[in-house]
Amino acid sequence: MSRTHRPRLGVPGWVFVPAVLGAAFVVLPLLAMLTRVDWTQFPQLVTSDSSRAALLLSLRTSAASTVLCVAFGVPMAVVLARTQFRGQSVLRSLVLLPLVLPPVVGGIALLYTFGRRGLLGHTLEVLGLQVAFSTAAVVLAQTFVALPFLVVSLEGALRTGGQRYEEVAATLGARPTTVFLRVTLPLVLPGLASGAVLAFARALGEFGATITFAGSLQGVTRTLPLEIYLQRETDPQAAVALSLVLVVVATVVITVTRRSRSAL
Amino acid sequence: MTVDPPSDRSVDPAVDPAEGPTLGAGLDATLRVTGRDLDLRLQVPRGRTLALLGANGAGKSTALACMAGLLRPDGGEVRLGDRVLSSSRGSGTWVPPHARGVALLAQEARLFPHLSVADNVAFGPRSAGASRREARERAAHWLAEVDASDLGPRRPTALSGGQAQRVAIARALATEPQVLLLDEPLSALDVEAAPAIRQLLRRVLRDRTTVVVTHDVLDAVLLADDVAVLESGRVVEQGPTTRVLSRPRSAFAARIAGLNLVRGTASTSGASTAVTTPQGLRVEGLTDDSVPDGEAAVAVFSPSAVGVYRDAPHGSPRTTVRARVTDLEPHGHQVRVHTPYLSADVTPAALAELGLSVGDEAVLTVKASEVAVYPA
Repeated sequence: MSRTHRPRLGVPGWVFVPAVLGAAFVVLPLLAMLTRVDWTQFPQLVTSDSSRAALLLSLRTSAASTVLCVAFGVPMAVVLARTQFRGQSVLRSLVLLPLVLPPVVGGIALLYTFGRRGLLGHTLEVLGLQVAFSTAAVVLAQTFVALPFLVVSLEGALRTGGQRYEEVAATLGARPTTVFLRVTLPLVLPGLASGAVLAFARALGEFGATITFAGSLQGVTRTLPLEIYLQRETDPQAAVALSLVLVVVATVVITVTRRSRSAL
Repeated sequence: MTVDPPSDRSVDPAVDPAEGPTLGAGLDATLRVTGRDLDLRLQVPRGRTLALLGANGAGKSTALACMAGLLRPDGGEVRLGDRVLSSSRGSGTWVPPHARGVALLAQEARLFPHLSVADNVAFGPRSAGASRREARERAAHWLAEVDASDLGPRRPTALSGGQAQRVAIARALATEPQVLLLDEPLSALDVEAAPAIRQLLRRVLRDRTTVVVTHDVLDAVLLADDVAVLESGRVVEQGPTTRVLSRPRSAFAARIAGLNLVRGTASTSGASTAVTTPQGLRVEGLTDDSVPDGEAAVAVFSPSAVGVYRDAPHGSPRTTVRARVTDLEPHGHQVRVHTPYLSADVTPAALAELGLSVGDEAVLTVKASEVAVYPA
């Protein structure tokens, strides 16, 4: 990021009023939450068994679903950005559907796919796999809602970068796999990194699909957002403290990547 | 209009020029691309360089993309030596770009920004299966070949346009291509960088099968053995460079041609270098790279730089040639005066004042500063 001061060319003064209001709308609730944190009790609240279990589960499952998002999202983005086939735009819309779908609906859809009575439930049962209401279900739910974030940002990066370097690489004798690994991927690494961070952040905050598809078993499927939601009923102080932890984790993730990659 | 000893090498696709080690294979491309209204056949005998001339949108880059395998033609056949690279015959043949042995050099160098210069050049050998060490050695060899050895550790972003194009040339050559395709390799360079890269290309393209797309007649003259002129997707003229440019039949060739071209041996005197033909015609000019005395050289200058007189003017040190007018032809708003050695453009008014007509003797002059001398 350049730090040179440029004159405010063409930005009308009144634009700052709604801009500041909008920023306040985002920042003020966070500050309001901060004022409610009971700092004396904070350490006990965030290190209780249930809190620690929820935090660790959240980090583990979010990391796992980010890995899944990269493993499947990168090929998806490449296919969408670099090939042309019939029905491609329909497919793109369908893949991006979880972006706008209420997560609860996603959870129900997953239940009817991987649940015991679901589309693949019987097949999975024959294979000895029980997905619903397990940690695996949490990962699936998070992947379902986070995948489009990675696909969207990576497809954008691939399209912006264009195919110029890939064409050169091919005429230099590189096979498609070599081109993909040595040219395509390194050049979209910033886009991939920001896409992965977005996916991780989305997975970390996942609530609706998780509670619908995976339930809320402490240490198994009760992630931090679920824990916060439950604590809010019984122990509002703990809920606030855990919320703060989530805010800090999310802020750290975003700042670290913003610092290493200027664009997010 | 063009002075050139009758040294045109014959352009028979079946015959290889006998001199020197020749690299690559002959290229024969018949291409049809309906979407871009392209329908042409290009033949480049082994070891020769074909310049593809034509206005924007004539289909030059499309033709290159088809030959490189980046675009699939709707019909036709591309042959390289005895290999068929693509064919629409029968069930069709398609060799993907990486397996063609055809390297493409574009306007911009397109160096991989995430690799060092040396790794850029080593990319081709690595892709072909060379070991890391072998690829590094090959990269070092080709960087030396283009006088860019010291650039190896640098990042592409730290290079000037000319340096980057040098590295791109090394990178393309390091793959030891059967055919080299150049898409206006000098047009993105600034005026200072272009002559040196042109010289470099002259050196490395010699005896290499090459197709070079260009706008610049100087590139055609200095780099190519043969010229093909494209107009709306068709070859309207094809043949040895000097013939096409001296007797242009297509409108485009006529517009770009007409440069005076004097081939001979170089001799240096002071700041200027003279080119003397076997017939004794002597033209003074300036050169960027010094041409050793006695070496083959070519002097290039525009007919508009040539002055026409009845009697030799006194004073200024300039090339003066006494010749008989063989033809007068309208050329834009001017009249082109043809003589056996040089041609000149004069205004109709000046011509009327001189009272010149075909068969009259005239004195043609050109300043050394208007003449570019290149090693040939």
